[in-house]
Amino acid sequence: MIGDGTVAGVDLATEDLGFVYPDGTRALSKVSLTIAAGSRVAIIGQNGSGKSTLVRHFNGLLRATEGRVLVNGQSIGQTHVANLARLVGISFQNPDRQIFSANVRSEVRFGPRNIGLRELDLDRRVDAALMQVGLATMVDTNPYDLGFSERKLLALASVIAMGTPAIVLDEPTTGQDADGVARVRRIVAELSDEGRTVVAVSHDMTFVAETFDRVLVLRDGRLVLDGSVDDVFGEKSWGVLASTFLEPPLPARLGARLGLGATPTTASFVAALAARDDT
Amino acid sequence: MDAVTYRYAGTLTESLRGVNLSIEPGRVVGLVGPNGAGKSTLCLCAVGLAPSVVGGALTGAVKIDGLDTRDTPAHKLAQHAGILFQESQTQITSGAPSVWEEIAFGPRNLSLTRDEVIERTWAAVDALGLGAIVDRDPGRLSGGQAQLVALAAVLALGPRYLVLDEPTSQLDPLGTRLVGDTLAKAARETGVGVLIAEHKTDLLARMCDEIAVISNGAIVARGPAESILSDPALHQWRVTPPADVALRQAVVAAGLTWNGEWP
Repeated sequence: MIGDGTVAGVDLATEDLGFVYPDGTRALSKVSLTIAAGSRVAIIGQNGSGKSTLVRHFNGLLRATEGRVLVNGQSIGQTHVANLARLVGISFQNPDRQIFSANVRSEVRFGPRNIGLRELDLDRRVDAALMQVGLATMVDTNPYDLGFSERKLLALASVIAMGTPAIVLDEPTTGQDADGVARVRRIVAELSDEGRTVVAVSHDMTFVAETFDRVLVLRDGRLVLDGSVDDVFGEKSWGVLASTFLEPPLPARLGARLGLGATPTTASFVAALAARDDT
Repeated sequence: MDAVTYRYAGTLTESLRGVNLSIEPGRVVGLVGPNGAGKSTLCLCAVGLAPSVVGGALTGAVKIDGLDTRDTPAHKLAQHAGILFQESQTQITSGAPSVWEEIAFGPRNLSLTRDEVIERTWAAVDALGLGAIVDRDPGRLSGGQAQLVALAAVLALGPRYLVLDEPTSQLDPLGTRLVGDTLAKAARETGVGVLIAEHKTDLLARMCDEIAVISNGAIVARGPAESILSDPALHQWRVTPPADVALRQAVVAAGLTWNGEWP
């Protein structure tokens, strides 16, 4: 049962996905990727590279103008948005696009109630999500009395409470302080440990390196890199990253310079340095 | 800001407590601190929007070029200090037919000559690399673009002081660097005094002369950027140190030595 710690994730995939906005702006070209159920994948790239456009295809908010989008191997071409909403939840970059209730609890209740949860199941789901994002003591607060970073967490709780097997987070760390970023990292790990597929769009390379297994890099609507954190932030990829004005996190750059191998995170850098000093 | 204590209307708790802070022309001051510490409130008070527009109760004094913000009308203060809100979309008037007009809106209202308006607008457009989108509808920009356009619009006003509340939150690394470099250059060349509230300490290390730390409504530390950003107490204030500082601290904490190989 979804939300009871035994969620089966879903595979997400695209085949030669292309998207052109109605005004003629091309946002995606021939994007082919597969995201395995239960994996944690980050999508990086410049503003305007197509990251948000890409993830909006996974729950049918946008429909491919070329190619296909598949959820669990099935093309979503005909699938109704309401059905996709049970499979893939999206937490948007700007929380105010999704917040509309008069208090925190009813905001989070709305989604799961809409898909049929009632009474105890509903309460349990809502309480767990609010606890997870750290808003459990603010259930009666008006969302617009919350600060921006708290509204982001509220929007995240609303998506978590849906219990979807896949969750997409668009810029989840925007406006968060050190504790907030640590919390988001923990939430991603928890969702992934439950078996859910977690996809995040981010500009924060340190957060990406420390939180995800795999990184996709978009440039001008095309997928230009797809690999593990070690590979994408490793020396061989630096040229491609630089071509889209991205820089690997400092530990990766420094580790390569010191011949320590792939050290995309502070922890891996320190470990590699310790190993070298031991020998 | 002299011994400023402030609380919002309808609340009993003080959002700012005894804040003393000054911004000099040509200097860039960074403001860091955890969420809820009072960064945005301080920004609103610094330009006089609180209490004059936002309401609430302020004790102490906020003076901009000697003008007390409680006795000076908002339109007059606006000519001395510009503010960029955290949610910059709210700042875009959307009435303008193009990004260029959006940025020109401020200068047009400053009784400048037509040529001066055009010159200032293009200078702001060029500074933030917005040349490619000057004809776009300002109501249909991405979050990152809207942030750059809102900043350009504030810069084009040519204020003597600029207060920025997380101006790069939606920007990619390149855009973030561009904003930092543009502001540092403006401070150097035009003498504008800048106060910037940010979580991105890597950016602040690049551009700031000084850093102030706010915690629970009070300024708890203030000093040269380099010394504050390498202060181990940053963690206690829930501020992520710059990447190089964090890495050095982690290496030292692991009992390892560093052989001067830092970049």
